[in-house]
Amino acid sequence: MIAGFDFSLLAYDSPGWGKALLVGALQSVKLAAGGYALGIVIGTVGAACKLYGSSILKDLAEIYTTVIRAVPELVLMLLFYYAGTDLISRLMVSLGYERVDVNGLLAGILVLGAVMGGYATEVLRGAIRAVPHGQIEAARAFGMSPLMVFRRVTLPAMIPHALPGMANLWMIVTKDTALLAVIGFSELTLVTRQAASATRAYFLFFLAAGALYLVLTLTSNIILRLVERRSRRGLAPAAG
Amino acid sequence: MANIETFGPIDPDGPGLRDHLRAMAHPHRLVMLALALAGLAAIIHYMDWSWLPAYLPKLWNGLLMTLAMLGSSVVVGFVFALPLGLAQVTGPRILRWLATGFCTVIRGTPLLLQLWLFYYGLGSLFAQFPEIRDSWAWAYLRQAWPYGFIALTISFAAYQGEVMRGAFAGVPRGELEAARAFGMSRWLVFRRVWFPRSVFRALPTLTGEIILQLKSTPLVATITVTDLYAIVTRARQETFLTYEPLLLLAAIYICLSGILVIAMRWLENRVPTGR
Repeated sequence: MIAGFDFSLLAYDSPGWGKALLVGALQSVKLAAGGYALGIVIGTVGAACKLYGSSILKDLAEIYTTVIRAVPELVLMLLFYYAGTDLISRLMVSLGYERVDVNGLLAGILVLGAVMGGYATEVLRGAIRAVPHGQIEAARAFGMSPLMVFRRVTLPAMIPHALPGMANLWMIVTKDTALLAVIGFSELTLVTRQAASATRAYFLFFLAAGALYLVLTLTSNIILRLVERRSRRGLAPAAG
Repeated sequence: MANIETFGPIDPDGPGLRDHLRAMAHPHRLVMLALALAGLAAIIHYMDWSWLPAYLPKLWNGLLMTLAMLGSSVVVGFVFALPLGLAQVTGPRILRWLATGFCTVIRGTPLLLQLWLFYYGLGSLFAQFPEIRDSWAWAYLRQAWPYGFIALTISFAAYQGEVMRGAFAGVPRGELEAARAFGMSRWLVFRRVWFPRSVFRALPTLTGEIILQLKSTPLVATITVTDLYAIVTRARQETFLTYEPLLLLAAIYICLSGILVIAMRWLENRVPTGR
C-alpha cells in the first residue's frame, strides 16, 4: 500500500502541501495553547466560586460545569461562536464603533477556553480540596491575607494534585481544536481535508495529519510526565 | 465552609428524591428557579419556534440514529476493549505492544480526523475495486453510517481499553491466588474471579465514558449521517435561524445525559462493586 503513496505531495514547497499542513498545525497549537490558558483562568474563577463563593455563585458555577459536561463540544462551540461574535459586534455597534469581524484565532480561543473552563473548574476544585485543611488554617493563623495564603500555601500544595487532570485536559484541548474545522477555522484538520480533496490522496494526507497530531500529543505527554514527576518530589508515593 | 456539599450523601443509600427537593428549597434556589422559568418562557415566547412542528418527525428519526450510533458503538467497543485491556496486562510481548500502540494512536489523534480518514480514505479506496463494488457489501459500504460506526467503535474501544487495563491490573493479587489455591484452572479463575471483578471495578468510570461517547456522536454528521445534529443543522440552514435550533439541540443532549446518568446509577446500585 505504501507504493500507492505519492510522497512528493507532502513536499514543503508549493506543488506540495507540506507548508500548508505545518502552518495548519501551528494554528492548531496556537488555538490549543490559547484555549488552555483561558480555560485555566476560567477554571480558577469557577473553582473559587464553587469552594468559597456565596451560595448563588456556587449554584451558578454548578450549572456552568453541568452544562459544559452534558452538551457535545461541537454544539457548545457553535453556540459560543455565534453568540459570542454576535454579542461583540452588537456591543461595538452600540458603542458607536464600526462593526468588526472578530479575528478568527481570537474567536477560536474564546470558544475553546469557554469549554475547557468547565472541565478545568472540576479539576482545580478537586485539587484544592485535596490540600489538607490544617495547612491552610495554619497559614491563616500566621496572619496571612487570603491572597497570600493562596499564593504561598494552597497553590504550591495543590499543583501535584492538579497536574494529572490538567495534563489530561491539555490532551483533550489539542484534539478539540480539530472540532473548529467544522465551524471553518483553517487549522490542521481542515487544511488536511482541503489538501486531501484537492489531490484525492485521502489516505496520505489524513495519515500525515494523524502523525502530526501524534507527535504533538506524545511530546507533550513526555514533557508533562517530567513536570509531574518533578512536582511530586517529596510527596509519599500513592498507595497501591 | 459549612455547606460545601449540599447534596452530600447523608444516608448510606445516597440522597433520595426528598433530599433533593429539600436542597432545592433554599430561598435563593427558588428565586433562581423562578428566573430560569421566566427565561424559558421568554425563549418560548419571543423566539421563533414555528418551524418546530414540521421538523418533529425528522428530529425523532435523528434521535433514534444518535441513540443507535451510541448504543451500537458502546456495546461493540466494550467487547473489543476487553481483549485490548487484557493484552496490555498479561499478553505476550508482541500483543502487549500492539494493544498499547493501538490505544496510544487512537487516543492521541482527533476523532474527527479518524472519521474522515475512514469515510473519505476507505470510501474512495473501496470504490476503486470492482470486486467490492459488485459484492453484496457495497450496498452498505456506499452509505455513510458504517464508517461512522467503525470510527466511533474504535474510539470507544481504545478509551475503554485503557480503563480495562487499569481495572484488570487493579484486581488484588490475593483474590486470584486464592482462586488458584482452590484448584481452579486459569480459565475458570478468569471467568469466575478476574473478569467479573475487573468489570465491576470499571463500572463507575463507564458512565463518564458513555457520556463522552454521546458527546462524540454529532461528529458523524460531518460525514452525512443524519443524526440529531445533522437534522438541526439542516433546520438552521432552511429556516435561517441561528440560535433556536442550537438551543433545542443543547437541551436535548442535556436531557439525554441526565437520563444516562440516572440509568447508570441504577445499574451500579444493582451490581456489587466490592468496595
